Amino acid sequence: MSTNPKQNIAPSVARPEFERTLSDAISIGNVERPLSFIERTINNESVQRLAILLVLIVIWELYARWLNNSLLFPTFSETVRVFWNDVSSGVLINRTLTSLRTLALGYAIGLALAAVVTTFAVATTLGTRILSTLTAMFNPLPAIALLPLALIWFGLGTPSLVFVIIHSVLWAAALNTLSGFRSVPETLRMSGRNVGLGGPRYVGLILIPAAFPSILSGLKIGWAFAWRTLVAAELVFGVSSRSGGIGWYIFEARNDLDTATVFAGLFAVILIGLFVESVIFRAIEARTVNLWGMQR
Amino acid sequence: MNSQTPPVLLEVNGVTLQYKTPRYLVTATYQVDFSVHQGDRYVILGPSGCGKSTLLKAVGGFMAPVEGTIRIRGRDITEPGPDRMMVFQEFEQLMPWKTVFQNVLFPMKVTRKFTRGEAVKRADAAIEKVKLSKFRDVYPHMLSGGMKMRVAIARAMALEPDILLMDEPFAALDALTRRAMQQELLSLWDQLRFTVLFVTHSIEEAILVGSRILVLSPHPGRVRAELDASALDFGNADSPAFGVMSKRIHNLLFGEERQQAVIAEAPTA
Repeated sequence: MSTNPKQNIAPSVARPEFERTLSDAISIGNVERPLSFIERTINNESVQRLAILLVLIVIWELYARWLNNSLLFPTFSETVRVFWNDVSSGVLINRTLTSLRTLALGYAIGLALAAVVTTFAVATTLGTRILSTLTAMFNPLPAIALLPLALIWFGLGTPSLVFVIIHSVLWAAALNTLSGFRSVPETLRMSGRNVGLGGPRYVGLILIPAAFPSILSGLKIGWAFAWRTLVAAELVFGVSSRSGGIGWYIFEARNDLDTATVFAGLFAVILIGLFVESVIFRAIEARTVNLWGMQR
Repeated sequence: MNSQTPPVLLEVNGVTLQYKTPRYLVTATYQVDFSVHQGDRYVILGPSGCGKSTLLKAVGGFMAPVEGTIRIRGRDITEPGPDRMMVFQEFEQLMPWKTVFQNVLFPMKVTRKFTRGEAVKRADAAIEKVKLSKFRDVYPHMLSGGMKMRVAIARAMALEPDILLMDEPFAALDALTRRAMQQELLSLWDQLRFTVLFVTHSIEEAILVGSRILVLSPHPGRVRAELDASALDFGNADSPAFGVMSKRIHNLLFGEERQQAVIAEAPTA
């Protein structure tokens, strides 16, 4: 035999081999043990979120009491009282519904446009270039900056609001959807085309579900943009709009120096935001991207 | 092994394939000819970058040759189609938003080749054949790599394509799983006698899995040889004939200078 280089390094003392019969693993107790109620409660996401909210509320209440100036910073309890009064008298509900109706209209049209635009854009390289240039131009443009223009074009009222909401939703949703489409793995695309899919069926059956995490984050960003734009727009020209929304409610209260009502209005905006994020979008996530293991 | 030659299914004539990268025009294969007969386990073997995957993509209809023709059952291949189902190397080929069952059902649903009831029955049968019945309603992200590959194979076979195209399907698996999968593929072939075109860069895998082996030269891929490996499988993997075949392919692939080294190492050859 030729010289083995290993022999020069290791001493040639043979180490004994061994085999074992397996011992019972019973001594460790159950190999799988259900977590106790307390362990499960502490790990629960909504419980954790609720705890964070409670801490924030306590800080708010303590600070406002210490400041003792309800014109600048009303307490949590006072805000809740005003909120509750206006909810039960129906004022706040009406204002919120007015806003939500406009919002839903603008959001739906914006998303539909985004779907059409991205479907065309993804079909050709030129389309992709056009859309990415457009989104690069219009996405940074604050929707509220278009409001004066919208007022000239559509006059005072819902159409102007819907226009600026569409602008705020469309580009955010289109940008996310397009980048989602572009990051669909080549293998998945090929296995779709392999079975003869093309055109709208290919987009609907392969690209949209495969890009769903990005599309969903586009929906979320679009929703937040739309909500912000709407409240801001109502603050600007709520004066002349007969049936004002939640922004107008806040604006009126500010004019009366009724800070607790301003807070109640903001409170409503926050509550709706929390509801949409942690109930509606959470439910969509749990049934889609979480279930499919695309996102944890 | 075959007493009479089965009919030719796939004909590749003088195919030159080129593709563009942002900076170069790459010639992947140059004037490649071969033909696959019904029931063949036809393996395309070559070193990395010899264009074997590109060749398979061209058969799949994902790219057109710049020269030569590819015909299946006498028809020119112009686009991807469900008569040539592909199994890819990557695990991403399964749709993460569909369960195992839905994934297997999907091509049959899309192509409407079978009625709804028949498609469901075929999907269940295919899942049963690759031993995944327990995982029928599980989403792909819960499966191991080998299981995902089995789903991909079940999905392709349930559609009963004319030819199954496999692009290094076991390359991303660990060695033990790969061996099990090769055996499974062979036993499936024994039951169903489908036609498969299989791309690999492993000489051992080519001999084990293939009944015929097309050896391609390095970049650009040209045909070096076509060999008959129908007599060699797991049963005689340690026989001298297997070793001889393996060495022969090795020499075909790596040429004279390496051949000297191989002979010096193994004087019995």
